[in-house]
Amino acid sequence: MKRALLACLMLLLLGGAAAAAQTAPHELDSIEQRVLPCSACHGAEGRATRDGYYPRIAGKPAGYLYNQLLNFRDNRRVNAQMTYLVQRQTDAYLMEIAQHFSEQDLPYPPAEPPRAVPAVLERGMTLVRAGDSARGLPACQACHGDRLTGVAPAVPGLVGLPYDYLAAQLGAWREHTRHAHQPDCMADIASRLSPEDLGAVAAWLAAQPMPADTHPATAFTAPPPMECGGLSAAARSAP
Amino acid sequence: MIRKIVAGLALVAVVAAGVVLWLGLRHDRDVAGSSPLVMNGADRIERGRYLAQLGDCRACHTVQGSADYAGGRLIPTPFGRFYSPNITPDDDTGIGRWSADDFWLALHEGRGRDGQLLYPVFPYTNYARMARDDSDALYAYLRTLPAVPQPSRAHDLAFPYRWRLMLVGWRALFFRPAVFVPRPEQTPAWNRGAYLVQGLTHCSACHEARNALGGTQARDNPAGGLVLDWYAPVLSASSEAGLQDWPEQHIVDLLASGKSPRASAMGPMAEVVYESLQHASADDLQAMAVYLKSVPLTEKPEPEKALPRVLDQDLPRALASGGKLYAEHCAQCHGDDGKGRTPAGPALAGNRALTMDSAVNPIRIVLFGGYTPGTPGNPRPYGMPPFSSSLSKQEVADVLSYVRRSWGNQARAVTAVEVERNSGGPLW
Repeated sequence: MKRALLACLMLLLLGGAAAAAQTAPHELDSIEQRVLPCSACHGAEGRATRDGYYPRIAGKPAGYLYNQLLNFRDNRRVNAQMTYLVQRQTDAYLMEIAQHFSEQDLPYPPAEPPRAVPAVLERGMTLVRAGDSARGLPACQACHGDRLTGVAPAVPGLVGLPYDYLAAQLGAWREHTRHAHQPDCMADIASRLSPEDLGAVAAWLAAQPMPADTHPATAFTAPPPMECGGLSAAARSAP
Repeated sequence: MIRKIVAGLALVAVVAAGVVLWLGLRHDRDVAGSSPLVMNGADRIERGRYLAQLGDCRACHTVQGSADYAGGRLIPTPFGRFYSPNITPDDDTGIGRWSADDFWLALHEGRGRDGQLLYPVFPYTNYARMARDDSDALYAYLRTLPAVPQPSRAHDLAFPYRWRLMLVGWRALFFRPAVFVPRPEQTPAWNRGAYLVQGLTHCSACHEARNALGGTQARDNPAGGLVLDWYAPVLSASSEAGLQDWPEQHIVDLLASGKSPRASAMGPMAEVVYESLQHASADDLQAMAVYLKSVPLTEKPEPEKALPRVLDQDLPRALASGGKLYAEHCAQCHGDDGKGRTPAGPALAGNRALTMDSAVNPIRIVLFGGYTPGTPGNPRPYGMPPFSSSLSKQEVADVLSYVRRSWGNQARAVTAVEVERNSGGPLW
């Protein structure tokens, strides 16, 4: 211990700026150090990078993040790099990682400029806000919260995400390459949407500014309109 | 005269064919042998469950996230794509109709229930060393699994390997079934370790170089090879993964927790630790350590030939570029001096995983990152970030050349072509 202190002192005295720049701002034996590999794609502290395919994970509900780690591990979601990183870790550790990112309360970047013409955005807004009862489609906010920032612990926010990511995920559900715990309500919903609908929903969501309160809601205001496996899985694994 | 020569040649051909057929198809008459594994209080099924875990059977016979032991996992090899079969007790698609004798023939002689010769991707070359009572215990355990009706997927093999008949010749050349015979001059722990390492835990299936025909060198002792897109280092060379001068406890730690003061388990070995060895008993781990320490040292493995080399005139540029990249991306965890920062970043100076001639594993670790397995001995592992999207192949080559040639490390430099060659395939 004494030697470590002395070493620190020497570093401070002699190392100067170069050493300071290389010293991580967190303890080595910390969760921040342990999740550094995540930053390679998801950005520092999980705040996302400019690459639109890797989502922000900071501030997403813990149960949702945990479910996704399990989904990658158990092949319900397909991304070789993600599966490779999480496949040999214990449930407890994956939960700790999910919890850590859920607690990151970081500012959001401004919304992307709209990627579609007004008529398409209008169509997207209608689907998000009202759904389409003729096709059995509930409104998005019925599950994802009035602010569309998600509902803790298991439902993710839909705003603050780039168009590329949203469109890719809705498409993956529709093409059966992304799955959730059964019953997979999102697969059901995506299968009832046309590719044009998916694009419109993604375009409208990506163009929305974040609301004043960016946090997930703490509870549903009304019972969710569909049964979703992710909700019960999160309830089972609540820490 | 000519007729005599032809007749003579024909006779030689017939005899040769006969010898090949006999060697390739003969049964092993010596099928006794009893297991050196002592497991007090375990009934046969419990023993079988433990043996299945130690043999890591589930890892190959299960698609992650699907039913255990129902098969279907892809095993890529230079000969084509193998898919593991369903070994649940389903009558039609699994081994429900197999008897204990059928099961024994599969493990001991590499034959299916219908007499079909099995491809040695199923390491019966190792399992042949197992004793009959352990085969029976394993069989008894597999009978208790839920039967999953799932037809096994056909292998997708290159010509001519798809002809199973070729296996007769292969077996004649490379396969001699024989149960493990304990060596009386050795300790019980050594014999137990040898029995496990050579047989059930099939270490040599990866850690022994395979020749162009996929035959291991048929020695007892493991020695290096490229498997599942990773390099399985040689266990008989101190320059690679030889454990001869390690304290026993460090070997036990590495096998049980995936982490030890001098090495960590990544890639396919991380899977072995996570799925299998973390569940091994303290006695069995210690026995394996005793045996692995006794593996005779062989000469340093031949450096891989036919690799593109970094030209002398390009080396200064590569090292300068690598040094810059290292300071920017690596030094924070591995230290300016390459000595690592305990406990997060392992030392790179003198790290054999980095300095052995093969650069395959370092390339894959830089490209795809990875965590050591999460185990009771190391429940919250640190990880290496993936750099495949932020560094070019040339940059990965440069930074690897730098770390392989700094702080006393003296490995050869790495080219972008070599990085490119090792950037594909399933991650493991």
